[in-house]
Amino acid sequence: MATEKNPDHEDLVHIGPENAVAEADVHPDEAGTFVRGTSLWRDAWRRLLKNKLAVVGLVVVIVVTIASIIGPTAIKAIFGFTPDFIPTGDVNATRSLPPFTGPNGQFTWTHPMGTDNAGRDQFARVLQGGQISLFVGILSTLVSLLIGVTYGAVAGYLGGRLDNVMMRIVDVLYSLPYVIVVIVLLSMFRSQTPRGQLILLFIALGSVSWLTMARIVRGQVLSLKNQEFVLAARATGVSTPRIIFRHLIPNTLGPVIVYATLTIPQIMLTEAFLSFLGFGVQAPIASWGSLAADGIQNIAIFPWQLVFPGVTMALTLFSLNFLGDGLRDALDPQMRTV
Amino acid sequence: MSSDGNLLEVKNLRTYFETDDGLVKAVDGISFQLKRGETLGIVGESGSGKSVTNLSIIRLIPEPPGKIAGGEVIFNGTDLLLLPNDAIRKIRGRRIAMIFQDPMTSLNPYMKISRQLMEMTELHLGHTKAQARTHAIRMLETVGIPDAQARADSYPHEFSGGMRQRVMIAMALSCEPELLIADEPTTALDVTIQAQILELIKKLKRETGTSVILITHDLGVVAGMTDHVIVMYAGKIFEQARTNELFARPGNPYTKGLLRSVPDPTDEQGKLYQIPGLPPDVAHLKPGCPFAPRCDRVQDVCKREFPPFVQLNADHYSLCHFAQEVYSESGGTPA
Repeated sequence: MATEKNPDHEDLVHIGPENAVAEADVHPDEAGTFVRGTSLWRDAWRRLLKNKLAVVGLVVVIVVTIASIIGPTAIKAIFGFTPDFIPTGDVNATRSLPPFTGPNGQFTWTHPMGTDNAGRDQFARVLQGGQISLFVGILSTLVSLLIGVTYGAVAGYLGGRLDNVMMRIVDVLYSLPYVIVVIVLLSMFRSQTPRGQLILLFIALGSVSWLTMARIVRGQVLSLKNQEFVLAARATGVSTPRIIFRHLIPNTLGPVIVYATLTIPQIMLTEAFLSFLGFGVQAPIASWGSLAADGIQNIAIFPWQLVFPGVTMALTLFSLNFLGDGLRDALDPQMRTV
Repeated sequence: MSSDGNLLEVKNLRTYFETDDGLVKAVDGISFQLKRGETLGIVGESGSGKSVTNLSIIRLIPEPPGKIAGGEVIFNGTDLLLLPNDAIRKIRGRRIAMIFQDPMTSLNPYMKISRQLMEMTELHLGHTKAQARTHAIRMLETVGIPDAQARADSYPHEFSGGMRQRVMIAMALSCEPELLIADEPTTALDVTIQAQILELIKKLKRETGTSVILITHDLGVVAGMTDHVIVMYAGKIFEQARTNELFARPGNPYTKGLLRSVPDPTDEQGKLYQIPGLPPDVAHLKPGCPFAPRCDRVQDVCKREFPPFVQLNADHYSLCHFAQEVYSESGGTPA
């Protein structure tokens, strides 16, 4: 064992007072006024704003969301028809009109995306479809958040046999082809009302999409639960549920937020797919998927009936994915390798 | 309350860990007492069972693989090892508080300092939010955080290591516990901050009359802070004495070795003494004295038989076949 003094390493021995004085608490009274540091969230926000693609995504998502929420109401106020309004009179004069075209072929602002096969305004329907699609996406994600985060955190923190059983259940559910599960669920409990069908859709999508979330949160909790602050919390008498929900789950929020933003487009896509197949949203309620399904029937003659809902959906999904990627980079800068 | 003034009495405590490598007897038959208002130091190398002893006292041993295999921990007349989980949780933090080694990781990074302090008194003293906040700020002032009112709403990463350890102390003392367990509270701090933190613990102990168990591997800290010292090795108590007695007249070759290993700042040149070898693997202890392979006065009997726990005088004990001789050599007169 080398115990001789090595002159090369002498500079490593810091005994001088200069680095000690640098600590703010050596002279508490001289520490001066308190400067507020940047919080983690503000830091992440700044990093997000530097990512152009993510900012574009954020803007598109906000615009689409606001337009979907107020659009149908605004159209009702301006033009006086709802998304499911079918004009009376000569059906052939009002159906499948090209964009910006009135019944007599003249230019008009009334139908910027034309009309559909029954004469309903396509623009209003796309906006209302956005409402449904975003609603399904966000609500199902919230359901999956609620189940997945709780499930994963409980399994990870309690560990042992319970963890084993809980995660094997997840493995079993994972191995089922979930689209088929959803289709079976939806066709078995087929609801008579469109609203009932929508609720069924939430349940079906939410109940299969929490699995990955549970795994992510469990992994996070496993690495967190051995940290000293958890021991410290236990040593101060904090109860187990409180440790899980107050101390551990907030610490997993970064990856959870990222995964949630990436789950929304995934669920929207599944919803569109199901509606396209006719299992999802039923007319007169529209979603982007059901609009695309209607449009595909006339794609050769009236291509705008497919193009408008399709492009709107693709744009929104792209934006959500860019936003999710941006959030991941912003919240976890160490993960960014390039 | 126990009659003889003992706040804490640990009797034959044994904590084992079930590992792939076999049964690890991390703590094997530890007994000691702590009187009200006194400070007990526990020293020993890494892995000697210091921290496990104290985690066992408040039952924070991870189970499995850990298990408290036997013994009693009598705190104020009740055996903590027999209490139901709810009852022990009311004692943790309220009556027995802990400070941990690394202030960098023992605060929740996502919670404001104020929230973490408030959690304690809301939980144990039934404070309302407003009361808890006032109390938290007063505690921060007590431990010397300047501008506590403004800083209370900071996050832990905005504090330096020394300040975080102060926050930990504020948290530990906010319910005025009867016993404070400080598990290497200054190991992660630099020397000047270390002195301040120890001074702070000393001052608060004087003001509140709290008993303290101080775990450390720094003999200098023990000398300045404690009334009694326990020297641990391989899960056993090797020597137990009043602090000044232990430093003046050690009765165990291991303690002597530890004392010799303390670097002397006036001695510029020359080699630093170290006890040869490494601490033993407690999963595979051979019969005989666990220190025998490293001991400079090892005899045949040491390798064969486990040493006796010899009483050297009123409150000085040593685990060694030759305790009396070692004690005489250091200038003590065995009783």
